[in-house]
Amino acid sequence: MTAPLIALRGIVIREILRFVHQRSRFLGALVRPLIWLLVFAAGFRAALGVSIMPPYETYITYEVYILPGLVGMIQLFNGMQSSLSMVYDREMGSMRVLLTSPLPRWWLLTCKLLAGTVVSILQVYAFLLIARAFGIDTPGWGLLAVLPALVASGMMLGALGLLLSSVIKQLENFAGVMNFVVFPLFFCSSALYPLWKMRESSVLLYQICSINPFTHAVELIRHALYLQIAWQALGWTVVAAVIFMALAVIGYDPARGLMRRKAEA
Amino acid sequence: MTEPAAAAALAVRSLSFAYGPRVALDDVSFRVPAGGVTALLGPNGAGKSTLLTLTAGLLRPPPGSLTVLGHDMATAPRKALARMGIVFQQPTLDLDLTVAQNLRVFAALHGLPRRRTEARMAEELDRLDLTARAGEKVRALNGGHRRRVEIARALLHRPALLLLDEPTVGLDVPTRAALVAHVHALALDDGLAVLWTTHLIDEVAAGDRVVVLHKAKVRAEAPAATLVADHGSLANAFAALTADPPPVQEAAQ
Repeated sequence: MTAPLIALRGIVIREILRFVHQRSRFLGALVRPLIWLLVFAAGFRAALGVSIMPPYETYITYEVYILPGLVGMIQLFNGMQSSLSMVYDREMGSMRVLLTSPLPRWWLLTCKLLAGTVVSILQVYAFLLIARAFGIDTPGWGLLAVLPALVASGMMLGALGLLLSSVIKQLENFAGVMNFVVFPLFFCSSALYPLWKMRESSVLLYQICSINPFTHAVELIRHALYLQIAWQALGWTVVAAVIFMALAVIGYDPARGLMRRKAEA
Repeated sequence: MTEPAAAAALAVRSLSFAYGPRVALDDVSFRVPAGGVTALLGPNGAGKSTLLTLTAGLLRPPPGSLTVLGHDMATAPRKALARMGIVFQQPTLDLDLTVAQNLRVFAALHGLPRRRTEARMAEELDRLDLTARAGEKVRALNGGHRRRVEIARALLHRPALLLLDEPTVGLDVPTRAALVAHVHALALDDGLAVLWTTHLIDEVAAGDRVVVLHKAKVRAEAPAATLVADHGSLANAFAALTADPPPVQEAAQ
C-alpha cells in the first residue's frame, strides 16, 4: 500500500475510533432525525399531503417524503460536527500533527473529508434501519443504490464543513454557524416540503431553495433511494463539493488562509 | 533518500518574519548540527515558537532560508518534514484514543506500513518505558507520560531532526529532569539532532550548543561551555545577553 493510502486508512480509522468513543455524539446524531421523523412528521401528516411527484409513483405519507431530507440532515450535521472538531483540534493543537505530515496538504484534507463521509454514512444506515423498523420503508435495493449518492452528498457537506473550519477562528464563533449556515441550508431546501409548495408561497424563496446545494443533495438521495439518478442534482452536488473543497484547501494554505490570518491576529 | 552533502540538520539563514507590524524574527541565522542538543534559549516572546512554527511548515517561509538536511522548507517542505520529528508546546495527542492508537495514526500520516509501525512502536514504547501503557487512553495518563508518548510518536518515523518546543511546560521537577536526560541520551545514542526551545537555563547540559534569542534577534550562538567560560555561568550569560539595551552581539561560532 502506498503512503497516501496508508494515511487515508489511518485517518479513517482515527475518525471512526473517535466517533465510537463519543457515544453521545452517535446517539445525538440518531435522536435528532428520529424526533423529526416520528414526532414532527407524524404531527404534520394530516396537514401536509404530498401529491404524486418524481420519484414517487403514488401518493405518499409525509414521513416517507421527509426521510431523504432527514438523511441529508444527518450528513449536514455530521459535516458541521467534523468542522467543529477540526476547529477544536486546531485550538487544542492536534491539527498540527496532521498538517506537519509529509504528504500533500490537499490529500490530507481529502482524507479528513473521506473519513467524515464514512462516519456520516454509518449514521445514515443506522437511521434508515430504525426508520424501516417503524414501517417507513423505501425499496430494498434503494438502500444499496443510495450509497453513491451518500458519498457525493457526504463529501459535499463535509467539504462545506472543512471550508467553515478554515474560516472560523475559534470555537466561540461556532454558534453562528448554526444560525447562518445550518438552519438556512436546511429550511431553504426541499428537505421538509416540495419546492412547488414553496413556489406557491414565495417565488423568491423558491428560487433560493433551487440554488441551495443542500436541496440538490437531498434530491439526489431521494431519487437514489427509489433507484433513479437525478443527474442535475448530482451535477450541482459534485460542483459544490469541488468548489467547497478548493476553497478549504486555500483556507489551509499557510500563506493565504486562516493559518496566516491567525498568526497575524 | 540522498541527502545533500555536509548539510547541517537544520540551517537557518537570514530569516525574518513579522506578524503585521510586529517583528517576530529579525535576520536570524544559526545551525543545528547532528548528534547533539542545541538549546534555543530565550525569554517569553523572544520568537522561539515562531521559529519552530516556521520550521514545521505551518507558516509560509518568509525572506531568508530554512533548510532541513539540505531540503529547503520553501521549495521542498515535504522532504524536510519527512526527516523531522516535532513535539509542540501544546499537547497534540488524541485524548480519547489509546497510546498505541495515537502512535498508529501518526505512523499512517508518515506512510509507514503496518508491520514496520508495530515494530517501531514496540521499540519506542520500550525505550520510553511506556510498553505497559500502550493500551491506556491518553486521557488517563499524567503530564509526564503524555510528553513521553509525544516524544515516542515523534521518533516513530526515524527523523534526523527532533524539534521540541518547551516540552517541559507543566511538568514537575523530577519529570522535567528525567525528560531532559532522556532526550540527551537519544541525541547521543541515535546521532539525532535536537533543537530544544526553553527559557529554563537548568535544562541546558554542559555539552549542549546554545542559541540565545531575544527580541527577535540571535544574541549568541556558542557551546554552553564557551558561554560559561565567558560569563562565569550560564545564568549570567543569559542575563547579560537578554539585557536591555542589548550588549554587543557575541561572535557567532
